[in-house]
Amino acid sequence: MLIEIKSLTKKYNSFVAADHINLSIKSGEIFGLLGPNGAGKTTTLMMLSTLLKPTTGTAIVNGFDIIKEPSQVRKSIGMVFQEPSSDELLTGYENLKLHTMMFGVPANLREQRIKEGLELVGLTAEKNQLVKKYSGGMRRRLELARGLSHHPKIIFLDEPTLGLDPNAREQIWAYIKKLVKKENVTIIITTHYMDEADRLCDRIAIIDRGKIVAIDSPENLKRKIGGDIIQLKFKGERNLNSLKKLKFVKKIDKFENGAALTVSDASKHLQEILKVIGTVESVEMRTPTLNDVFLHYTGKEYHQNGESPEGGFFEKAMTYRARSK
Amino acid sequence: MSELSGLLAIWEREFRVFLREKSRIFASLLSPLMWLFIFGGGVGSALSTSSFNYQTFIYPGIIVMSCLFTSIFYGAYVIWDKRLDFLKEVIVSPLSRTTIFFGKALGGVTDAIIQASVLVLLGPIFGVHYGWFLIPLYAVLFIMITGLVSIGLIIGSLMESPEGFGLITSLINFPLFFLSGALFPLDNLPSWLKGITLMNPVTYGVDAVRSLMLGTSTFGLFKDVLVLIAFAVIIVVIGAWTFSKMKV
Repeated sequence: MLIEIKSLTKKYNSFVAADHINLSIKSGEIFGLLGPNGAGKTTTLMMLSTLLKPTTGTAIVNGFDIIKEPSQVRKSIGMVFQEPSSDELLTGYENLKLHTMMFGVPANLREQRIKEGLELVGLTAEKNQLVKKYSGGMRRRLELARGLSHHPKIIFLDEPTLGLDPNAREQIWAYIKKLVKKENVTIIITTHYMDEADRLCDRIAIIDRGKIVAIDSPENLKRKIGGDIIQLKFKGERNLNSLKKLKFVKKIDKFENGAALTVSDASKHLQEILKVIGTVESVEMRTPTLNDVFLHYTGKEYHQNGESPEGGFFEKAMTYRARSK
Repeated sequence: MSELSGLLAIWEREFRVFLREKSRIFASLLSPLMWLFIFGGGVGSALSTSSFNYQTFIYPGIIVMSCLFTSIFYGAYVIWDKRLDFLKEVIVSPLSRTTIFFGKALGGVTDAIIQASVLVLLGPIFGVHYGWFLIPLYAVLFIMITGLVSIGLIIGSLMESPEGFGLITSLINFPLFFLSGALFPLDNLPSWLKGITLMNPVTYGVDAVRSLMLGTSTFGLFKDVLVLIAFAVIIVVIGAWTFSKMKV
């Protein structure tokens, strides 16, 4: 195991940001930490990269203990932060050079590594521009190249496509995939985008409120739900209890003005379900998505908020209220 | 070896950024020039100190003032690095915090030395003729600036906002400057005032620079240098320690 996380916990007063997290990550996989904002993904990553001290528990990264051998751990990893962390008054090239020098890349290899990195992320032509002239996507790509330039065994990507437009996101995904193919690296990625996790990751850990609620490949997670999803919209109260008697209905999640049912062989049984529930406004039938997986394990609708990493004030106020209920 | 190249990297970055912020260089030269020519010219026309023209007398003091302000202000860049998250990139590198501290400090020393040099170039206007004294002069400036830059870095590493930094440093800068003998001779001060100036490390910097440039000294160059070395060593140790505790 390349990374072994043992009961890793971070507490801020009474708030538990990461709650006894246990994980093993194999060499060569793209592993995703998926969860809504404030679930504890970044906190976990910060502890693994030794920037934050765990309250209890520890982790072994590339054979080194994050508490006892932080410097060795930092040598083994490359980190791409959620927030841009390159120097705006330096050029792309200078940022990379600074990085290779700080990370102890031998002088005779530096130019080669910088060149490779720039080529990989397609910034060779812009290497002598100041970073403040870069777009958000270019900057993220530069930081991706930077995180690789000392050839770490493990790369941590914290929300790599946060705040990027769809085009730039596709590009970043392509670069990440190219990277895994070319270098033999292990990637840990945090994201609150379901589609990102689905498309990139070999395995996913779903985190909610500091706890891991499920770990598996995206396919298996979806399969484990045990059927398709039938989403019903209707007005007023319906007697959902009668649905529970049907043995092909695995699970019922009730919302305001509707419900989501997990049903085996859904297409075959749709008729019967509608007979029991009566007239509805609309019916949607689909194979499960990670969204449904999240709902399945946490009992909550997944709300993603791409606007800001912390969530806006309103969202914070709402989660605060939800928590105190 | 990799610690050394890391130190150079951090220093080089600070230096490049310094050169790219032309307005910063210009603005920080303006204030000493105003002190020299406007304050010095104005006050100088009203009084005369024993053997020197007043402007000449404060000239070494203003060089030290420029070093003081530039060095302490340099700590603000630590806060900007925190804000830009660039500090995380540095902290996540395998470099030790001590190396990071020294890289940063060296960057600040370079900035301040360059600005001091511009003022040293004005020497002939005040009747200072260049000679071998420039070597000990730069040694003295280097030691003093190292201590002052470290004070700036310590404050920067402890604070979160540039506004707070500005407030704290102005509380430090002005007493250090006014109580240093940069603007007046120490000989005839009332004893309470003299007592305070004697506790100010900048006083010894002013005295050393004045002794090297004008040949007049209150404490003697040897004592000045000893005090400055002790000051720099103590502050550097504290600085390296605060960096090791700094949170990002």
